[in-house]
Amino acid sequence: MHTFAELIIVFVILLDLALAVTGSLSSCIRLVALQGVVAGLLPLLAGSGAPHARAVVFALVIVTLKGAVFPRLLMRARDKSGARRDVEPLISYPASILLCLGAFIASSWLGSRLPLPQAGVAWIVPASLATIFTGFLLITTRSKAITQVLGYLVIENGIYIFGLALFVEQPLMVELAILLDVFVAVFVMGIAIFHISREFDHIDTAELSELNDWRRGEYGK
Amino acid sequence: MLLVLLSIVILISSASLALCLGRNASRAQDAGAYGAAAASAAGLIPALQVLLTGTAETISFPWPVPLGSFTFTLDPLSAFFLVPLYILTGLSAVYGVDYLKNYAGRKPLGLAWAAFNILTAAMVLVFTAGNAVLFMLGWELMAAASFLLVLFEHEKPQVRRAAFIYLTAGGAGALMLLAAFSLLGAGSAALDFSSFPSPSRGIASAVFLLALCGFGLKAGFIPLHVWLPEAHPAAPSQVSAVMSGIMIKTGIYGLIRVLGFIKPWEEWWGWTLLIIGAVSCLLGALFALAQHELKRVLAYSSIENIGIILLALGLGMAGAACGADALAGLAFGGALLHVLNHALFKGLLFMGAGSVLHGAGTAELEALGGLAKRMPRTAPLFLAGSAAACALPPLNGFAGEFLVYLGAFRSLNSAGSTAIAGVVSGLALASAGALAAAAFTRAGGAAFLGEPRTERAAKAREAGPLMLFSMRALVLLCLLCGLAAPLLLAPLGRAVASGFGLSFSAAAAGAASVPLLYVSAGGLLLLALIALAAARRSAFLGVKMPAAGPTWDCGYAAPSARMQYGASSFSQPLTDFFQPILRKLGQYPVISEYFPGRASFSSEAQAVFFNAVYLPAAVRIRNLAFRFSWLQHGRLQLYIMYIVVTLLGLLLWKL
Repeated sequence: MHTFAELIIVFVILLDLALAVTGSLSSCIRLVALQGVVAGLLPLLAGSGAPHARAVVFALVIVTLKGAVFPRLLMRARDKSGARRDVEPLISYPASILLCLGAFIASSWLGSRLPLPQAGVAWIVPASLATIFTGFLLITTRSKAITQVLGYLVIENGIYIFGLALFVEQPLMVELAILLDVFVAVFVMGIAIFHISREFDHIDTAELSELNDWRRGEYGK
Repeated sequence: MLLVLLSIVILISSASLALCLGRNASRAQDAGAYGAAAASAAGLIPALQVLLTGTAETISFPWPVPLGSFTFTLDPLSAFFLVPLYILTGLSAVYGVDYLKNYAGRKPLGLAWAAFNILTAAMVLVFTAGNAVLFMLGWELMAAASFLLVLFEHEKPQVRRAAFIYLTAGGAGALMLLAAFSLLGAGSAALDFSSFPSPSRGIASAVFLLALCGFGLKAGFIPLHVWLPEAHPAAPSQVSAVMSGIMIKTGIYGLIRVLGFIKPWEEWWGWTLLIIGAVSCLLGALFALAQHELKRVLAYSSIENIGIILLALGLGMAGAACGADALAGLAFGGALLHVLNHALFKGLLFMGAGSVLHGAGTAELEALGGLAKRMPRTAPLFLAGSAAACALPPLNGFAGEFLVYLGAFRSLNSAGSTAIAGVVSGLALASAGALAAAAFTRAGGAAFLGEPRTERAAKAREAGPLMLFSMRALVLLCLLCGLAAPLLLAPLGRAVASGFGLSFSAAAAGAASVPLLYVSAGGLLLLALIALAAARRSAFLGVKMPAAGPTWDCGYAAPSARMQYGASSFSQPLTDFFQPILRKLGQYPVISEYFPGRASFSSEAQAVFFNAVYLPAAVRIRNLAFRFSWLQHGRLQLYIMYIVVTLLGLLLWKL
């Protein structure tokens, strides 16, 4: 049973690397959705014996949200915004994948140092940390607002897996709360991106920085 | 105790009611004013009861906030501050109904009343809190509510500037208080005042300095006063009365409370307070003499009076550190009594200034004049307030200062540094009193006597009935506190015992009771003489009507109102003498010919400390901050990276 879970962990890590090099926005959305589905299935496989009915229902909710609802919302936002179809990275793809690999090495080291209870599944802590770092990478090095939403989703996946590493069932409540937050965030950002692109004809955050209220030239005399 | 909580509930509910009724100005006024008056009536009962019996009460509810608890303590010290608070806020609310009528429709009166009542509730909270978190909650609420009230006439740029300075000062003070309470409560489970462990000597000194600066920024003694002469005149007059009368006393209250936690006192603490107090009362009175606006004169006079209170505290601490209990008790008693007295007469004076502003539309001294004929009811009330502020018997200002003088004289017998402290405080008090007398003679004379200098002053009208009622009530209380000072000694002793220590009150009661009897006997004698003179006058005049003639016009052929002594000309000899300190701006012509031509005169009082110290410091800090403006570039990705890097750093640091 655990071998299967470990296979999933490896898959999650590969998805992280893939996210770091994917240029197409729609593939990115699909990859994030796939990662969410895989992570959602993980608790069913990580425990020993048959899973509880509650866990099954919960996994179903997560898979539906992350696999169907979020990608649809994001795809819609992408279409409506009429922006370029690539992620417009601020750094090159080789640099992204190097950073992602570095994050994986750092999280392996971090995973061995963190004072955590022994996890049942091998590599689960480093994988979760690496996923969180990948999420941050997406947020900080991609210029579109929509990739920031994707980054938050990836971080959420990472947190979810990290929670699984510690306890198999307790974090479900916590996860539920986080999921709700992310759901609202995706919703709001989807709407906001749509409106921003309608007002400004683009959703490039670098351009949005024109909106900031504090410039030395105007105020600092 | 329950009634005090009830008063808080009344205040908060009437505040929300006033806010809800904001559309209808007169209803909002009613909601706010009735609420404040009812809360005052409810709160005065337990406060007076505690002062008369001397038993402290405590109520505690759990509060889920970390380190916090809803602990309310009503001991004689709290009660002694609560009494003037309730009296002044209740009367100010009554006053405000008439005063704010002019603003109906132009200003959000519902919001103003809500802020006023929240301010009162916050001050009650500050005076009764038995937990540092609760205290800080009240403290911040007080700052926020009074900030809103200072901004009442926000369309004027100088008001916005005053409010900004006020907000900055309040924030800085709160920061220091947080540090002080953290130091005090380090190691205890909750920040209850009763559970503070006794600090080590070094910590105690640090707490003292932090509390002095933090509470000083609220109390407004020099050099932490810069916000006070800006913010107090900017607020509506009944709010100025509350702010100057009682809100700045929260700083004194907090300082006394914190001093109770860090016993035994060091002698240099006393000296620090003494010197700051002496400087504040001297410079406060001096700056008051140079101001051109009535409310600014009063604001500087508040600085002077806070200085007197602080000086008395310092004298007492210096004496207590040397074991001179009677001296310390007299000084502490004088400080507390002056808190009460100043609240009463400064409230009265600000209301009087408000009546002038309300009646004549301006409070610029050079634009007033002759108001005694146009506002015949306000004028004697303002005169009485001025006499109290100058510490003239039989009014109440004298009693508190008299106790401090007694302490100062008593210290002359003791050896060494205490005697020097006594000499310093006696000299400072006497000189400040003389300067204050000059300042109030000038302000009252320029506003009320002579002929009106402008059209507006000529058309001034009398204050409304509710305004007059509040001022009359305060005059009555001032007179009562002045004449009945010996009766105040017992409650005062209880407050001193709960605030400073039992030994002081016992020693002071013995030393003060007989001299205070002489004071009130003298006051009664003076009143009797005045009554006798009045009776003789009316008996002499009988039914005869005295004729009214023109004032002697110094032999000028065509006198005009502009030839009168103005406020500037009255104080010019003194202000010229102190020019190195006052640094007045302006110029006046030197007359060298027999037939001088046209000439112009101008004079402007400078905010010396603000311009010489705070403004350069602020500019320097801002320039330093601009060096880091590259950090604030507006790129969201990099902002998030700052957060990630910080979080990672913290994680690795703790690993």
